[in-house]
Amino acid sequence: MSEPQVAPAAPQTPGFRMIRSLGAIAMLSGLLVVLVFQYTKPIIAENQRVAIEKAVFTVVPGASQRIDIMLGENGVTVSGEDEDEDAGEKVYAAFDDQGNLKGVALASGAQGYQDIVKLLYGYDPECACIRGIKILKMTETPGLGDKIAFDPAFLKNFEALDAGLNGAGDALAHPIVAVKAGKKQNAWEVDAISGATISSVAVAKALERSMQRMAPLIQRYKQELSRVGQ
Amino acid sequence: MATLPNREEKLSLDTFVRGLWEENPVFVMLLGMCPVLAVTNSTMNAIAMGLATTFVLVASSTLISILRSWIPRQVRIASYIVIIATFVTVVDYAIQAISLDLYNALGAFIQLIVANCVILGRAEAYASKQRLHTTLINSLGMGAGFTLALLSLGTVREVLGSGTLLGIQVMPENFEPWVVMILPPGGFFVLGAWLLLFAWLKQRRERRLLEQEGASNAG
Amino acid sequence: MQGESLGFIFLNAAVVNNFVLALFLGICPFLGVSAKKETAWNMGLATLFVMLVSSMSAYGINWLLGELDLMFLRLICYIAVIASAVQLVEMFVKKFSPSLFRSLGIFLPLITTNCAILGLALFQTAKEYDFIQSVVYALGAGAGFTLALMLMAGLREKLELAEVPSVSQGAAMSLMLAGLLSLAFMGFAGLGGSHG
Repeated sequence: MSEPQVAPAAPQTPGFRMIRSLGAIAMLSGLLVVLVFQYTKPIIAENQRVAIEKAVFTVVPGASQRIDIMLGENGVTVSGEDEDEDAGEKVYAAFDDQGNLKGVALASGAQGYQDIVKLLYGYDPECACIRGIKILKMTETPGLGDKIAFDPAFLKNFEALDAGLNGAGDALAHPIVAVKAGKKQNAWEVDAISGATISSVAVAKALERSMQRMAPLIQRYKQELSRVGQ
Repeated sequence: MATLPNREEKLSLDTFVRGLWEENPVFVMLLGMCPVLAVTNSTMNAIAMGLATTFVLVASSTLISILRSWIPRQVRIASYIVIIATFVTVVDYAIQAISLDLYNALGAFIQLIVANCVILGRAEAYASKQRLHTTLINSLGMGAGFTLALLSLGTVREVLGSGTLLGIQVMPENFEPWVVMILPPGGFFVLGAWLLLFAWLKQRRERRLLEQEGASNAG
Repeated sequence: MQGESLGFIFLNAAVVNNFVLALFLGICPFLGVSAKKETAWNMGLATLFVMLVSSMSAYGINWLLGELDLMFLRLICYIAVIASAVQLVEMFVKKFSPSLFRSLGIFLPLITTNCAILGLALFQTAKEYDFIQSVVYALGAGAGFTLALMLMAGLREKLELAEVPSVSQGAAMSLMLAGLLSLAFMGFAGLGGSHG
């Protein structure tokens, strides 16, 4: 290995030495990163699986098994290593111990007060209604907007939120909307938290957006979905 | 590369302790403040961030110190950055593997450790010039000082802003938390308050030294 | 992200989630360069330019690494591109405006460690913005950064002439000011209205 030059003025290092040093460091770094990545990949995947499962079982009461599904216009495909873009959107079909379909969990999001609110919700095809929600990520105002995550009165909105289809079966019969606190009259309305209207509206919007697109599909392919669990 | 080092330091306790108080990266050198303000809304986050940053600081400083004679001067900054980014990536995956909840709480700021001026600054000013063992000890001290700074904000903000410490309720039940403390302005205010306190202590000590000098001159 | 209009993205980045006052990015230059309005303005513009270049490059890198399945190299690539972008801007400024180059001094290369730039790249990737959205996001972030810097500079210039307690001079006072600015900016939350 050549000795480094010691000189008072800026040494004229040949370009080759610079490239060689940078190249060596880049290779070393790359190697280290790849090693760590490979080692942690299975652990991280497991962590994520556990986290998703916990959330899915929260929003679909009575479920104990979960199968990832791609649901699209063309039907149901079990989610595997190769995800075909046209297969549709990822949903989590949840089954009980006997393999009966208890519901489908889906993710959605909408702009809240500060930033996007991401949530997971459970849809029961039998009653054509939403059974529960779980806020996955939000940056709403602590003490006000963040109540959407745990306020019992607010969460009660989602124990049997009507998401029935219209006659043609291609859209919701009634759009899911948020109404002012205490003004809820119909099963498809969400009672907003007083003082946290925007955050509550975000939740309703996220559900509405997702359901308009997915509820018809889930109903259409209900049989296939049930069969996956058998 | 290896220009003559400014002054090769001899290992001593001071090498470590300096980073805690005298040359505290946050309070004295005013470096690396972005994470100090951002992730200190709870004590747990502060500790995690401190440990992660210390790891990257120590690992990269040590490696740079080992390689210092082989890195040509012209590409030294680029090399330091690549090395630092590598260790940050390592920490990023490590935290994801350890606890997804913690990872989500710290968010982008784990990857932002790369842009933390403390690490690059120490690499340039110290690790590239000093020997391995002094660099190791010094960076440990700097990391500890940084973690101390994070803790000083994290504890205050969590106690006043949520009434809890490490998730355990410490304030009385009827305490109405000062929500502003866990919001962005709170970060600025608390850090400013700490700096105010240190400046005041420093001023008092200087005044006392002056008085003592005056007394000994007169006497 | 579907449903986000360009105007909203701009406002969000510039004001509602201002990079300095809400997201705590770019604090070092914020405190270091905001003493005088002119330096603040120049720094803001230089940062905006670097943000634009980095944003576009980050978009490209993200796509490329995705194709090659090398996602774990993303962070290293981002910071390398940012460092190069800063070098580029440095050469550019030195050539076309030597006086500007001198006035910015050491702060120009320090843009590399400005967490706002890396943060921009990381956030735009997380939000899965397309190319146009990313550019608008960068414009908004740079504008917001410059705005925060200018506000701070204006306040600090005034404070130079005021009588403040000696213990609070310097960083402590700047931080308190920043806190007040941050508090004020919180009032912008919800700007852009409901949409999408």
